[in-house]
Amino acid sequence: MKSNQNKSAINAGPNEFFLGVTTFFPLIFAATPIGLLFGALAAQKGMSPLEVLLMGSFVFAGGSQFLALDLWADPLPWLTIAFSTFLINLRHVLMSASLAPKLGHWTPLQKYLGFFILADEVWALSEQRAIKHHTTFSFYLGVGLTLFITWQVATVVGSLIGAVMGDPSRYGLDFAFTALFICLVMGFWQGRKTGVVLAASGLAAVLTHKFVPGAWYIIAGAIAGVIAAAVQYDEKTNGLQKPAEALQS
Amino acid sequence: MMSEVFAVDPLVLFTIVAMAAGTYLTRIAGLVLTKFVTFSGRTEAALQAVPPAILMSVVAPTAFATGIAETAATAITAIAALRLPMLAAMTLGVVSVVVLRMALTVI
Repeated sequence: MKSNQNKSAINAGPNEFFLGVTTFFPLIFAATPIGLLFGALAAQKGMSPLEVLLMGSFVFAGGSQFLALDLWADPLPWLTIAFSTFLINLRHVLMSASLAPKLGHWTPLQKYLGFFILADEVWALSEQRAIKHHTTFSFYLGVGLTLFITWQVATVVGSLIGAVMGDPSRYGLDFAFTALFICLVMGFWQGRKTGVVLAASGLAAVLTHKFVPGAWYIIAGAIAGVIAAAVQYDEKTNGLQKPAEALQS
Repeated sequence: MMSEVFAVDPLVLFTIVAMAAGTYLTRIAGLVLTKFVTFSGRTEAALQAVPPAILMSVVAPTAFATGIAETAATAITAIAALRLPMLAAMTLGVVSVVVLRMALTVI
């Protein structure tokens, strides 16, 4: 029945979903402290737990939620907040464009509903999966729903207990997100060319972050990395290096 | 108490909806784009660099421009990530940042 479909379709279903959940599992420890912190800060700004839940569910983008809190004031500068959110989330355009061709057999409905929860971590794990395999909808949903539930529970609990919780940096938990992303970056390592891309992104991001306010540093770093990759493109090797060469660099 | 937990200010709700609309737009933009444009050759190579480039950009200010403890912990995490499972490498990174911060304040 499934003989004419590729391996990603054969592997679809509960197993792929469960694989998504277990792939996300370590990230629960990274997302929970960040969510608790967000909830606590939101409570300080006067947001009710239900408002925290609504923002988490509809926006579901941690970076922009923190940015919104930063701008939160009375009277509420809703236009500034909405525009800043849009700017910081512009990176999603590149993320979805990058992930779209790597999906398995998704229906249009699955794509347009599924990408509602295309948060950084969901995208990153889907890309990691796509290195070896098409990203199936079940896998994506396993990852995405686990983060969704983790994020909502953590932020609401954070807003309820708020003041009781201390500063997460005391336990180094503010570094959990950075550590996670470093691990994910290393998964994309393909040799010297990747090194040049990373150096260009890192440098551009640090400089932009230092001199330009807001979230432009993510866009600047992404563009610098993309340019570095385009410049290094070699028609003969098709941009990929042999494993032996990659090990040496 | 219950009313405070479930309180929703209309302007807050409006702000959330505005944030959500913009965010959703950025998330589906790539789907719409790739429907009309096909990438090959150099463009494809450039697009392949998007994931590591974005991940790097997000962490770079914390990893390289915050302090010695953070930069050293970044290096430790990166090396550990090549050999250990992800959770182990992450834990090592978090533990080393705590230890390094304590060590640097003592000095």
